[in-house]
Amino acid sequence: MKFDISHVAKLANLPLSEKEKTKFGKQLEETLEYIENLNEVDTSNIEPADNITGLQNISRKDTSSPSLSQDEALSNTKSKHNGMFKVKGILDNE
Amino acid sequence: MDLNKLTIKKAKEGLKRKDFSSVELTKACQKAIKQTDHKLNVFITLTEDEAIKNAEKADKLIASGQDLPLLGIPIALKDMFSTKGIETTAGSNVLKGYIPPYDATVVTKLKNAGAIIIGKTNQDAWAHGSSGENSDFSPTKNPWNPEYVPGGSSSGSAVAVAINMALAATGTDTGGSIRLPASFTNTVGLKPTYGRVSRYGIVAMASSHDSIGHFTKTVEDSAIFLGVTAGKDEKDATASDLEVPDYTKNLQNRIKTLRIGVDPEFHSKHIESESVSLLAKAYNTIKNLLESDIVPDISLPHSKHATACYYIIQPSEVSSNLSRYDGIRYGNGRKNFGQEAKRRIILGTHALSSGYYDQYYNKASQVRTMLINDFKKVFENVDAIIAPVSPTPPWKLGEKVDDPLKMYLSDIFTVTANLTGLPALSIPIGFTKNGLPVGMQIIAPHFSEEILFQIGHAFEQATQNEDWRQKEPNL
Repeated sequence: MKFDISHVAKLANLPLSEKEKTKFGKQLEETLEYIENLNEVDTSNIEPADNITGLQNISRKDTSSPSLSQDEALSNTKSKHNGMFKVKGILDNE
Repeated sequence: MDLNKLTIKKAKEGLKRKDFSSVELTKACQKAIKQTDHKLNVFITLTEDEAIKNAEKADKLIASGQDLPLLGIPIALKDMFSTKGIETTAGSNVLKGYIPPYDATVVTKLKNAGAIIIGKTNQDAWAHGSSGENSDFSPTKNPWNPEYVPGGSSSGSAVAVAINMALAATGTDTGGSIRLPASFTNTVGLKPTYGRVSRYGIVAMASSHDSIGHFTKTVEDSAIFLGVTAGKDEKDATASDLEVPDYTKNLQNRIKTLRIGVDPEFHSKHIESESVSLLAKAYNTIKNLLESDIVPDISLPHSKHATACYYIIQPSEVSSNLSRYDGIRYGNGRKNFGQEAKRRIILGTHALSSGYYDQYYNKASQVRTMLINDFKKVFENVDAIIAPVSPTPPWKLGEKVDDPLKMYLSDIFTVTANLTGLPALSIPIGFTKNGLPVGMQIIAPHFSEEILFQIGHAFEQATQNEDWRQKEPNL
């Protein structure tokens, strides 16, 4: 195993069955092997690409304009309370 | 003639002359959908009466002398495009039932240009796939032979245009998702320059590659459509503020003085032999349109690493973009992701995780720079490059579903334009002996879509009387 799929699934908050872990683990090993061909490229002194069309410092005026109403923003949730999203507690004592 | 078979250009002329109405045109498209959608699984959602109401409005505007670029023209949208009040699923069960409260910028622009939205098309879930088979709502089938894939991920949009269910359809292209299905369905597919068209309101796949384009029946229609969708958008900081030219204006320009280079892979042993002979024929057609010979020896030394580079950066961006789907504010929980989305989330999360970043993401971003530099150098000497779209014609449904790496390698000739942000156009060049379509792509420097259209249009004119141009799917 090149990587611990259970650990990665936990980082990604992604529920996986044991069967999926075995199947994806094998498939992803093959993919990683292919990807690692990149190691043969000498990249010393090459800057990583962070922008492909040359844009720089794009800004706009910080003014407010019409946006979604509270009802619209909540229109697709299954879990709301008093006009707000209702989520599970994050801290232990909630 | 069936009205739905018209191009945008011809339909606009007919509407203007009042030969027929937008309602009649829209109904003709809806009839085509009713006849074959159940066989090929092209649409996820249809707008039905809403489309007719909008066509009636368009007819009133036409009667009052209004002239808008797409007034009264029925189009389809890939289900990645947020549409206010119309379900938008991205082909995934995670978003099943999601009704966006707003329109994507491109959708607003299309509506303002008078287009009639007739429905939302099927696709690989989240645009992950080269075949259309990763849709959570069953795969779309190829109208030229329903045992074969139509290409993906914009599978439904390609087929909708190929069999005249819409006059044009939108798509997204992150690694080939417009060009590949265009070449598999005998349609024209445009991947514009990164940033030429706003991404706002379109479900994000890999944000530094996502390019918003479309399928049409002709190159001229592609130019008309881009004139509507392109341009600056304050809601997408990567949308360029470069002026949008009238793409139809120089379409008829002769291309004889252009310098065109050929991708070293064009005659490659990696390409299936029937595609090679069709590409060779297209090569000769283009050659005969030019004053100077096609430049044979362009050098793209890093293109052989493009797919590996892409399958690091893209899943990394995918894992980040898909982290927002928590099922709390909208949509359904993370257990609803399909297999391919799960694979990419795992791969991307792994590549970005502590201790691996330099080995994967950073390394791939450096190779990306080298690839960008390769193309910069080539474009010092040529105005455009011709290249294959796919190593093979369409393959059979099921053939690659259990071999993700094999599926990924279908994108080998298309991912380079996404990594480099270059515009690319896929145009039909003929059919295999089994009657399956093959395409060719033209690649040009950033924001040079006009050159793509000129070459594509010239090729179309030069081949318009060839027998294969008359072919229609036998459904």
